Amino acid sequence: MRSYFWQKRRIPLAWLLLSRQPLRLFVALAGICFAGILMFMQLGFRDGLFDASVTVHRKLDADLVLISPRSMSSISMTGFPRRRLIQAMAHEDVVGISPVNWNFLIWRNPETLSTRAILTLGFEPNDLLLKDPDFTSKSKTLTNFGRVLFDELSRNEFGPIKEWFKEGKVVETELSGKRVRVSGLISLGPNFGADGNLLTSRETYLDLIPNTSPGSIELGLIRLRPDSNKGMVAKSLTASLPLDVKVLTKEGFIEFEKNYWRSSTSIGFIFTLGAALGFVVGSVIVYQILYSDVSDHLPEYATLMAMGYRLETLLGVVCREGFLLAIMGYLPAYISGQLLYLLVRNSTKLPIYMDTQKSLLIFFLILFMCMASALFAMRRLIDADPAEIF
Amino acid sequence: MTKYISLTNQVQLSTPSVQDYAVKVNELSHWFGEGLNRRKVLDRISMEISLGEFVLLAGPSGCGKTTLLTLIGALRRIEKGDISIFGSKLLHSSRHTRQRLRRQIGMIFQGHNLLRCLTAEQNVQMGSDLLEGLSYSARRDQARFWLRSVGLEDHMHKLPHDLSGGQKQRVAIARALAARPKLLLADEPTAALDSVTGREIVDLLKGLANDQSCAVLMVTHDQRILDVADRLLSMEDGKLLPSIG
Repeated sequence: MRSYFWQKRRIPLAWLLLSRQPLRLFVALAGICFAGILMFMQLGFRDGLFDASVTVHRKLDADLVLISPRSMSSISMTGFPRRRLIQAMAHEDVVGISPVNWNFLIWRNPETLSTRAILTLGFEPNDLLLKDPDFTSKSKTLTNFGRVLFDELSRNEFGPIKEWFKEGKVVETELSGKRVRVSGLISLGPNFGADGNLLTSRETYLDLIPNTSPGSIELGLIRLRPDSNKGMVAKSLTASLPLDVKVLTKEGFIEFEKNYWRSSTSIGFIFTLGAALGFVVGSVIVYQILYSDVSDHLPEYATLMAMGYRLETLLGVVCREGFLLAIMGYLPAYISGQLLYLLVRNSTKLPIYMDTQKSLLIFFLILFMCMASALFAMRRLIDADPAEIF
Repeated sequence: MTKYISLTNQVQLSTPSVQDYAVKVNELSHWFGEGLNRRKVLDRISMEISLGEFVLLAGPSGCGKTTLLTLIGALRRIEKGDISIFGSKLLHSSRHTRQRLRRQIGMIFQGHNLLRCLTAEQNVQMGSDLLEGLSYSARRDQARFWLRSVGLEDHMHKLPHDLSGGQKQRVAIARALAARPKLLLADEPTAALDSVTGREIVDLLKGLANDQSCAVLMVTHDQRILDVADRLLSMEDGKLLPSIG
């Protein structure tokens, strides 16, 4: 089989036409690569935003959650009566609950003394909160008043908390104008709404925000029997609880948060538009390159037509040029994308990763971009008149 | 009954059948331009070229020689009259038919039109690649054979910009011959060559006409090669003058 194709092969005209002018080829590849990087970054930021917005949500140890119907997202949570969570305990499938307070408080960087808002969750240290085997032992330290667990993945602007704590130093600073001490480190990660995260006991939380009613919480975690149907229980609780509370499955809570960023803000649209612009810019560059390439070689194409080469064969050459440009432009864009994702991850701590879906999507977008440009450039070839070469 | 008078002191008498004609031109007229600028460039041309015949076409610049060549080469649409190539009529023919016929027609252009990105060997192989049923190595060997035939065995791997004008023209000739055409149309192929090389090329084309029954129609101003032709046609003001014997 290999021998058959080997013997049937032709002169690689598309490659030779492209590579004859290395500078032009370099400019074309740089243009495609730039468009690819732009798309990788824009889609990376968009997906990173959606993923980062639910890093805490994913780690909550819950099957169902209660929130206020007035809550819009993690950056604007509204309180509801804690007794709704107690009422939920009456359901036969509910085996555990955790009341959680959720708000942004002002953290002072102990090194620079500058302040910054940090997402703070208040919970009962003896309750379950996060799905983390080490968390139980860490949460016990919060039984002492004024203790907090600091998210080691928080942005550097909060200070060298992780480094100091690991060096064995006593790390104390101001939170909402009151002194707190870091009693441990957790690993959650920042998102577009919160640059860092902090966990503390409800007792400390209520002391930090004195005007919070002890009977009000922003989030209620519900754990069910392993064999129970989450959807059915959620429906049942929705029917039995008053309208001042909304029952969501954990997955529904994650989708609720993502949906806020996707539809209620312009961020998702802006990043998608940025990716679309990258596509358009890349298309224009590739079209210009292929069009001028076809124009430059028009007498040669006309000669081939005069020799008896079919127009379809020559259109195939332009198609192959587009395909080669797509492959050669995509590879450096992919590598650059990986390096830039690493850079963004390290500097922003946002979970921006190259996944198969994204890399395939951008490959096909670049391929489409190059092939569509080749199709438009072909019009020049179709107009070629072999008689004009005489 | 048609009488062919050879300029190489050979007299041929024959009565060719329709199939023996490589080219049959019948009352062909052609115009360029539109409206008031419309100008007649060919006026009721009729002629035949038989298989294996070597015909020279001479005439002053602008008399319509190249236009006639492009019409016979199925590169232009016929406006009035008709041309038959190997029995296939070109008038109202489809693009596919003209493209199929062009595979049997070798063309040597005044401006060689080599592909700049290909070596001499690859350029010639573009011609042999049109041959059906040959392997890659056989097509490449064909290209090498024709390059040797035109005396370019030492320049096979050179790009066109590394070749002289005469060498480029020889590559173009080799490319046309590599496709094994049954009809060869040449537009002043020896114009850029010195007298010795020009003569060699014309002899090569003449040999091809004899050995492979290939009809050759060559436009030329070169007085030194007139003796090679089987027949000399002259044109003036778009009209074909009576054959010179």
